[in-house]
Amino acid sequence: MQDHSFTTTVFGRLTLESLPIHEPILVGTFIAVAALGLIIVAALTYFRLWGYLWKEWFTSVDHKKIGIMYIVLAIIMLLRGFSDAVMMRLQQAIAFGGNEGFLHSSHYDQIFTAHGTIMIFFVAIPLVVGIVNFVMPLQIGARDVAFPYLNNLSFWLTVAGSVLVMISLFVGEFARTGWLSYAPLAEKAFSPDTGVDYYLWSLEIAGIGTTLSAVNMVATVIKMRAPGMSLMKMPVFTWTALCSNVLAIAIFPALTAAFFLLLLDRYLDTAFFINDLGGNAMLYWNMVWMWGHPEVYVLILPAFGIYSEITSTFTGKRLFGYGSMVYATVVITILSYLVWLHHYFTMGSGASVNAFFGIATMVIAIPTGAKVFNWLFTMFRGEIRFELPMMWVVAFMLTFVVGGMTGVLLAVPAADFVLHNSLFLVAHFHNTIIGGVVFGLFAGMTYWFPKAFGFKMDEFWGKVAFWGWVIGYWVAWTPIYIVGLMGTTRRVNHFDDPTLQPYFVIALIGAVIILIGVLGFVMAIVMGIVKRNKLRDVTGDPWDGRTLEWSTTSPPPAYNFAITPVVYELDAWHDMKEHGYKHPTEGFRPVHMPRNTATGVVVAALATALGFGMIWYMWWLAAISFAGILVVSIVHTFNYSRDHYIPADAIALTEGKRAQQPAARA
Amino acid sequence: MTIQLVNKDAQRVYHLPEAEEHYHSGGATMLGFWIYLMSDALIFASLFAVYGTLSRNYAGGPPPQHLFELPLVALNTGFLLASSIVLSIGMQAMAAGRTAQMWRLLAVTGLLGAAFLCVELYEFSSLIAEGATPQRSAFLSAFFTLVGTHGLHVLFGLIWLVTLLVQIAQRGLNEDNKRRLMCLSMFWHFLDIIWIGVFTVVYLFGALR
Repeated sequence: MQDHSFTTTVFGRLTLESLPIHEPILVGTFIAVAALGLIIVAALTYFRLWGYLWKEWFTSVDHKKIGIMYIVLAIIMLLRGFSDAVMMRLQQAIAFGGNEGFLHSSHYDQIFTAHGTIMIFFVAIPLVVGIVNFVMPLQIGARDVAFPYLNNLSFWLTVAGSVLVMISLFVGEFARTGWLSYAPLAEKAFSPDTGVDYYLWSLEIAGIGTTLSAVNMVATVIKMRAPGMSLMKMPVFTWTALCSNVLAIAIFPALTAAFFLLLLDRYLDTAFFINDLGGNAMLYWNMVWMWGHPEVYVLILPAFGIYSEITSTFTGKRLFGYGSMVYATVVITILSYLVWLHHYFTMGSGASVNAFFGIATMVIAIPTGAKVFNWLFTMFRGEIRFELPMMWVVAFMLTFVVGGMTGVLLAVPAADFVLHNSLFLVAHFHNTIIGGVVFGLFAGMTYWFPKAFGFKMDEFWGKVAFWGWVIGYWVAWTPIYIVGLMGTTRRVNHFDDPTLQPYFVIALIGAVIILIGVLGFVMAIVMGIVKRNKLRDVTGDPWDGRTLEWSTTSPPPAYNFAITPVVYELDAWHDMKEHGYKHPTEGFRPVHMPRNTATGVVVAALATALGFGMIWYMWWLAAISFAGILVVSIVHTFNYSRDHYIPADAIALTEGKRAQQPAARA
Repeated sequence: MTIQLVNKDAQRVYHLPEAEEHYHSGGATMLGFWIYLMSDALIFASLFAVYGTLSRNYAGGPPPQHLFELPLVALNTGFLLASSIVLSIGMQAMAAGRTAQMWRLLAVTGLLGAAFLCVELYEFSSLIAEGATPQRSAFLSAFFTLVGTHGLHVLFGLIWLVTLLVQIAQRGLNEDNKRRLMCLSMFWHFLDIIWIGVFTVVYLFGALR
């Protein structure tokens, strides 16, 4: 029976017992987070930075600032996701025989679910979206994205999703169902508490943000390229950003629909994924993997683009096989949509179906291999400068090829029946995601950091980050490959066989080495800021770059380009330098730019409240927030004055300062 | 190689100051909205696929041929198709700059859309009264979700339409309102196409079982 007392009407199922005061680890974390939060709030108030943050960042529609905010969000969430990883490694290294370790199974299950969810949805995706947001419009010579306000909203919806995940740490529980929350385990009968609801609402809200952002990026690439930049003169990174976002638009609806149906099952007792009334749990698996497999290509394609840009810049040559690189990207985009079933060959769909998906999976290795050879041939006889971004590229090639090969191995259905759900699989996807996506994102952040801030990262700490990640990766995951091949299954918090322990201890050591890499990266940014005057770049082109983003100042002005450039060649900026291009000092015209808006922040705050209300059955809160979202959105459309002009004098002043600086090649 | 050498000496103009463009144009909005519609179409594709998979799983509950009243659905389909026709005449009025006529036709579109929703709600409530609830079987879950998601889209279209009626009354057919009307009409026709799929796959094929 429903309880209609006052407290349940107001608080739903939220009670004092929902707070994890009996979990010492969580209480400790809460105290640390709260203390840190108070220090930050106090510092911002003391230095009177709230107004600056609100005006210049939170409400900004500037694609560069939104890109940077995405990256900041991702780095914060990386620290959370990585702490989960270290806790799992520590648990598995000690929990043998009589020792139960320090995480009971319920807590351990939440941690591996949170780790996977956060790392994909709130670290990898925001990092990729952030870098695309920052770099792509600059590369195509545009002043902003096609829909600047939508861009701000997309970012804040991603924040709303991550806020809900973080709240679950201290209020109630997170899901214990694995990072894709498979039905039927995620149904209300088996997971009655708030965990799966936190999972579903945060990912639905963030997923809408990601879909809108993808629409925005595709429209930007198609419609806003500088004059002369035909499709086959676009930088490779822009090509990969385009393909990645086209793919995102094609797959996120499947995930949205799957989560929507699971929500209906949980809230309205429909029967989509339960056997009793004719539902089918494998339907859920199909839908989430129809999203899930292409998703790894949504992440890796822009990373491939980053590697291409860096290889070409640091070997001082144009990219080998540009055309084949583009076609390989497009082929991967299409093929990635045809392989999802390899995630459950064991479902029993029969030999023909498994053979089709197995072969389709192996075929992806061909365009990917073509890319690796293109990078190698670009380096061949080039004047390679082994600066930090290039080091990441080399580490990527050595690491990723191994992950690709274990992937082809897993694509063989017969082998997959043995390795399904084993730690071998877990090692494989960490090999490709760390060795492919994460190395690429670090390479990209190191490469474009001076463009974003006007000074380079600290090189010593950058190298600490590099060696920490690369050595740590191999130490942590080689033993996992071995125990996985021997048959150890994933998602286990305690082992009986003591002969496995040395492998897990080595893996823990690897995780600690990666920790040095994580902290090294944070230090590289901090020390970069400390030593910014020494590391400053005044040319706007610190690496002798080849694409248009290096033709403007670092950091670029709000309008990006005082006068829109005309493109003649693939490597547009390289071509301009070859022809003795000089920055214009006169002839500026007013630039038409969008105004800032607070609507994105407000809508996302209401979306957070909506999610929280739904999770805790506080229906009044959900109803009010939903109505609020509608009202704010409608009111927003009544504002017709959304743009302004930057006067020509202001531009002449900004550009005039620049003309006194030495030109890139001088 | 030779081409490059020739080009090296040629003078290249890297700026065309007179060709400055605005930061965004209606063209990007149209394209963006098309892309959004495609992603929405994929949500419906997923729901159609779910319906296709589960539509024979009655779990002992009522099958479609005992539930659907085709005359009612035909009436409903008539409302929605008529609303699309009225809206497209309205778009021609917009193109010709006849604001008042546009406004009236848009209002009629909205009324027909509201009539569609009323019939749908009546259908749903009588099904539920008969015990054919979304919780009864996987078939009914899929039916209510597919048809209901379309209905929710129509509801959002209506809210949007009313907002635009107010905005056109306030500001007339300026560039912004014209662009928004174009988007609304694309959305409305899109929902029509989805409905034709629903009508065929759910109701006609269902009645034939």
